[in-house]
Amino acid sequence: MIAHIWYPLSIRIRLLGRGLAEFLRELRGHPSALIGGFIVLLYLAAALFAPYLAPHDPEVGDPRASLTPPAWSAGGNPAYPLGTDFQGRDILSRIIFGSRVSLGVGVVTVAISAFVGTALGCVAGYYRGWIDGVLSRLADLLLAWPFLIFAIGVMAFLGPGLSNLIAALTFKSWVEFFRLSRGEMLAEKTKEYVDAARVVGQPDLIIIVSEILPNIVHSILVLATLRMGYMIIMEASLSFLGLGVPPHIPAWGSMVNQGRDFLFVAPWISTLPGLAILVLVLSINLFGEGLRDILDPRLKIE
Amino acid sequence: MRAAKVLERVLITIPIMLGVAVMVFIFMRLTPGDPVDIMMGEMVGISDAEMEAMRREFNLDKPIHVQLWLFLTDVLRGDLGTSFVKRVPVAELILAHLPATIELAVGALFFGLAISIPIGILSAVKQYSILDRASMAGAFLGVSMPSFWLGLILILFFSVKLGVLPVQGRIDHDVGLQEVTGFYVLDSILTGNRAALVSALRHLVLPSVTLGATLAAIVARVLRSSLVEILRADYITLARAKGQVEFLVIMKHGVRNALIPTVTVVGLQVGALLGGNMVVETVFGWPGLGRLVVSAIFNRDFPLVQGAVMTYAFTYVIANLLVDVLYTYLNPKITL
Repeated sequence: MIAHIWYPLSIRIRLLGRGLAEFLRELRGHPSALIGGFIVLLYLAAALFAPYLAPHDPEVGDPRASLTPPAWSAGGNPAYPLGTDFQGRDILSRIIFGSRVSLGVGVVTVAISAFVGTALGCVAGYYRGWIDGVLSRLADLLLAWPFLIFAIGVMAFLGPGLSNLIAALTFKSWVEFFRLSRGEMLAEKTKEYVDAARVVGQPDLIIIVSEILPNIVHSILVLATLRMGYMIIMEASLSFLGLGVPPHIPAWGSMVNQGRDFLFVAPWISTLPGLAILVLVLSINLFGEGLRDILDPRLKIE
Repeated sequence: MRAAKVLERVLITIPIMLGVAVMVFIFMRLTPGDPVDIMMGEMVGISDAEMEAMRREFNLDKPIHVQLWLFLTDVLRGDLGTSFVKRVPVAELILAHLPATIELAVGALFFGLAISIPIGILSAVKQYSILDRASMAGAFLGVSMPSFWLGLILILFFSVKLGVLPVQGRIDHDVGLQEVTGFYVLDSILTGNRAALVSALRHLVLPSVTLGATLAAIVARVLRSSLVEILRADYITLARAKGQVEFLVIMKHGVRNALIPTVTVVGLQVGALLGGNMVVETVFGWPGLGRLVVSAIFNRDFPLVQGAVMTYAFTYVIANLLVDVLYTYLNPKITL
């Protein structure tokens, strides 16, 4: 039993190391993906080290500094590089802390969706039968909903909050991964190496996890990256509507919303957090498309 | 044969719609507390007897499967219940707000296709030209942009800086538009009210651009990539070889085939159009279904939320049905 698991695994690990090195080499040929990846890393660092990077407390403002414009415009104060909102809270600090919500929700929803969707997709594709029937119908049903409407509906019934937000987004987004991995599984299942593994008596779980999964994990990885940007926009949209994270937590979507009342007198409150979303999503998508060109050229859009 | 396929496709949507309704029902049940508790939550001085009467009114005293059955038959009759807050039938409220939403969606679709189709075609024909690179970079930006932000930027530029377009609403109130259908552009044409037409169109521009931008970006990318591939096909070379005018080669042999994947994408994007509608209506104070839902959520007006959410889902299902039917006419080889 141990051998069944260990030998394929050890080979996989060595292949993974070699694959990673090759991937990094190929990445050099995709400068836009490289730049995208670099900017995503910057955001990640901002999220991780937010308390050390942010010059002010993101949740407590100085009323005397209310509506200070960004430092580069007239009346700006270098202490508040990107200006302040109505309550005198520092926009830069709130943007830095806001990256925690956006990246956190993006990473967690995509990770759960990819895991659940792939697991169910592999099971449905491998075993077919009633379980495939039930899961596929459920997937069809979820696909009948526009994404944001579904998430808004779920949030309406669950109420606001970070974990509800993640639940609302995950509840539908696993379907994409389910459909992808199910389709790939159906194609892989008929190949000879799967028969070979069966003939030597490997259990189904091992065949799925260590024989088939490594062959389809590339497309799942690409999908996960490309979905991440979408999830971040969805989270921001929900927070913008006031249905996402609670208002006191700094999140980009709700910052844009809070700034709307001051759009004509203090446009920086809304526009700068929105710009933070745009740059992050753009970078993730650039990286994702590069990843796809390298890992899964079949999906390439010319 | 084709009629049978279309009919079959129509029949498939029935269980899906039923499933959508059941899902809404289940979510209602999952909400902590029953609707009467929630409704009465903020009110004081309601006796238990009154609460019981209320529960009977909403059928909450019956077993769950009976409740589900009553709910489904009500939905089938078009009875979506009564709004907690406004005390008006939900269906009536939805119907009253639907024209504004449809007008905006049509505007967005029109804008999205009007710019993406020419751009997609030109970019494919002149692949790797400056135009191609610039428009694909623009499209990439378009898919990465949150629509509420784009809306605010457009307001800042066109309404505040240039002062050429209105910030909020559907129409100026002094144009004296008589409502006929609820579609203001149509109404102003029907009543021959030129001032109203201009006003309605001016109000429609920014919201349509905001809502249609993502659609435009996605459609331009898909159309370009499928056309690039098709233009390499042998039958295109053949068409050229027999001396066909280049314009006709591209339009008749190329674009028609490239439209097939494009139509699928447009169908899928209708969902994004419906979802984005809530956001864009909020940004521009557009009095449609989206704003109705958002305010209903804050008022915890559950019958209205469930009715509206269901309306959105049904619209999406029907839109996809229409796309699939359109598909068979574009490409007779495709079976549904």
